[in-house]
Amino acid sequence: MDVVTSQTIGVEVNGTTYEREVEARRLLIHLLRDDLDLTGSHIGCDTGNCGACSVILDRTLVKSCMVLAIQADGASIETVEGLAGEEQLTPLQQAFSDHHALQCGYCTPGMLMSATALLRENPKPSDEEIAKAIQGNICRCTGYWNIFEAIKAASE
Amino acid sequence: MARLIRTEKEVEGRYTEQWVVVEEDAAIDQWPAGPRETVGRPVPRVDGYERARGQALFTADVALPGMLHAAVLRSPYARARVRRLDLSRAREADWVLGAIGPDDCDALTLEPGFHGEPVAAVAVDSPGRAREALELIDVDWEELEPLLDPEEAVRRNELHEEPRRYERGDADAAFADADVVVEAEYRTQTVLHNPLETHQSVCRWEGDTLEVYISTQFIWGVRDDIAESLDLPPDRIRVICNFMGGGFGAKNGAHAQTFIAIALASQTGRPVRCALSRREENLATGNRNSTIQRLRAGARSDGTLVALEGEFVNAVGWKGWSGPTYGPMEMLYACENVRTLTYGAKLNLPPNAAFRAPGFVEGTFGLECLLDELAGRLELDPLELRARNHADRDLADDRPYSSKNLLECYRRAEPHWARRDAVRARSEGPWRRGVGLASQIWYGGGGPPSYAWVRIGSDGRATVITAMQDIGTGTRTAMAQIAAEELGLPLDRVRVSLGDSSRGPYASISAGSSTTPSMGPAVRAAAADAARQVIEIAAQRYHLEERLLTMQGGKVVSSDGGSWPLEEVTGLLEDAQILGKGARGPNPTGMRVLTFGIQVADVAVDVETGEVRVERIAAIHDVGRVINPLGAQSQVEGGIIQGVGHTLSEERLVDPASGIVLTQSLDAYKLPTIADVPEIVVELLDIPDEHLTNLGSKGLGEPPIVPTAAAIVNAIRDATGADVRSLPVSRDEMLRALREARERERAAAPA
Repeated sequence: MDVVTSQTIGVEVNGTTYEREVEARRLLIHLLRDDLDLTGSHIGCDTGNCGACSVILDRTLVKSCMVLAIQADGASIETVEGLAGEEQLTPLQQAFSDHHALQCGYCTPGMLMSATALLRENPKPSDEEIAKAIQGNICRCTGYWNIFEAIKAASE
Repeated sequence: MARLIRTEKEVEGRYTEQWVVVEEDAAIDQWPAGPRETVGRPVPRVDGYERARGQALFTADVALPGMLHAAVLRSPYARARVRRLDLSRAREADWVLGAIGPDDCDALTLEPGFHGEPVAAVAVDSPGRAREALELIDVDWEELEPLLDPEEAVRRNELHEEPRRYERGDADAAFADADVVVEAEYRTQTVLHNPLETHQSVCRWEGDTLEVYISTQFIWGVRDDIAESLDLPPDRIRVICNFMGGGFGAKNGAHAQTFIAIALASQTGRPVRCALSRREENLATGNRNSTIQRLRAGARSDGTLVALEGEFVNAVGWKGWSGPTYGPMEMLYACENVRTLTYGAKLNLPPNAAFRAPGFVEGTFGLECLLDELAGRLELDPLELRARNHADRDLADDRPYSSKNLLECYRRAEPHWARRDAVRARSEGPWRRGVGLASQIWYGGGGPPSYAWVRIGSDGRATVITAMQDIGTGTRTAMAQIAAEELGLPLDRVRVSLGDSSRGPYASISAGSSTTPSMGPAVRAAAADAARQVIEIAAQRYHLEERLLTMQGGKVVSSDGGSWPLEEVTGLLEDAQILGKGARGPNPTGMRVLTFGIQVADVAVDVETGEVRVERIAAIHDVGRVINPLGAQSQVEGGIIQGVGHTLSEERLVDPASGIVLTQSLDAYKLPTIADVPEIVVELLDIPDEHLTNLGSKGLGEPPIVPTAAAIVNAIRDATGADVRSLPVSRDEMLRALREARERERAAAPA
């Protein structure tokens, strides 16, 4: 019996279409970082706890270490690199910069994707809704308040 | 002329004397207190743009052509002997490009002393397959009985160093004379740093030069570690760290992953990445070790502390150092009679590493809880008790402080403390509310040697050049502010180039809250040197006296009315540049440079379930001049939330029989999330230390985490009457303390 261990998939990432042959066990985060060289999304834990690898897949926020690359076949994916055009920051990114909503910045791409997903669904979230939206993202540096303030500022 | 001086250097309370070279520069007066044009004002991060776009390149993001990926075989046992290690199957497999054992790399061992100690390593060209290659290593393990109990280690004299003994005055006599004596045993747990970027290095040989990309807190320390271990000239090692994803004390050296990557790079002739997984991070990269603290305090009935005594057991692990858990007891209060005894137990557990105010976080928990137990016995207000025992000079070293505004911190704490009746009154049902406080003492003065250059181009833009690292705290921004202030330039005309040992002068470690107080004065001195040269040039060009000229608002300004844009003056140089050099001067002789503060916590405790919620923390700290209030506030909040994690949820668990670490993933090890964050009120005194350098700034990284646990636990006592004695305050510990309090009350009640 032939065992299929790899497959060619097509994904659209930040508006660009890519075709890659991927091993069946390959995680989406590794496709993004290692094959497509989109290193903005980070790996903090590989157990779905830290949220540093969060991306938007077909308009749904996912942790890309919890998705196999082949599951993304045919999907449209947004990563931190796709949020703003050249030389621009989205209002949310600008708010992160203005409010010191980052220290080391390693968790920031995932935080931005979680907050982006929130604000698309719910442009005027309550304080509780903001907090809930980033409960799956761990920041070890800031104490979260500035991240909360930045999302709040971007929603106003 | 270069000036050679002998000075005292302190990092996290460890003092050494050393020679340093400082530039012979005219003394630069400190700026007056208060906000300046740029310094002292809230400024967004100068690198906010890259970080917000996901363009900041961390070590995790470094991909070199031909790079291989390493995986490490780690001991599955807390203590073992490898009877046979056979790498031949790995070496024969064509897809495995490198395989090393202890013969190839000193960071590997055949006699592992803790779960996770590295034994062998492989390198393959696909990151996904590196761990698979470990299956090709054949090992015959002999499992040995581990030593895991710190008290047992003390009994057996299995210690890292001789027990440390300290005494001043006559503690026995003072305890005998005391009106009241309280004693208690406190325990703190092992906690893990968990920076989001794990330990990692990418190493490659470029000709005879070794390039090391590493997530580090100390570029120059990595260089020295490698030079010493591999017997290489330091100038053939280039260490690079542009952006790094947090360290909290765990990334001060080269560490095993670097030596493994170097050995594999040497064997294969290819660049090699050795990056730890989260599970490996939580086994083998250090921790804040657990402690046992048996403490005693004696006081007169008016609250005057007459004697303090502490026996401390630091469960250091297999390697590491016995930290200053005794420090707060010896330094915080004006107590004449103090005796401490400290053991550093050697155990078959992962090595400790400095973790944000090592020793002082643990020691402050014990001491400051004991102080509140004493206040309860004396029926004295806990804030008043602390103020009565304020130390006007350092009794441990018998020196004056360079500056100390702790009483002002206490005064500012009063309104927060005065809320406690209102907070208690909000108790309802099973939820009891209360307020607690704890005082803070820690180092944070920094020191030489630290150097910086400031380069001004003909376009009138400046670059600060120094081979320091920004570990995420925002030092890039603070250094830009200092240079901009001195040069009279808007912040957007100053860049900071850091993170590369071959592209800048020696810079200090980013640990011990030392980066700003070590590097800031060097940057200011370099900017002043550059400004002096600009003024000399302008004076000659415009036929003016130098003393009339200053740099302000991007211009060279004459006090008699004229002004010239900086680029007009520097434009004379065409492609040439002005280079200013600066050095960190010595610390004030014969003085103790310390940071101080107090935190006031509000908590709610469910007395039925033992759930504890921290609702508010007010943090008041005295750290000298604040460079960037926005960054400083974020530092304080971050320190406090780490403190909340330490107090309530974080604990490394080890199987007590085998020594296997159970909490390796972030599923099992509970880091705080936004759901755990209390309201935080930050007040920084912002009073420059007039004796400390040309800046008057101390460090702020560590002070905010020091008093948090004690403040929370004292608030729990205020809310419930229960004496929590052990961290974390798990439901078990909370319910135990509540039960004990009820029993005490019952026993005291009239029959």
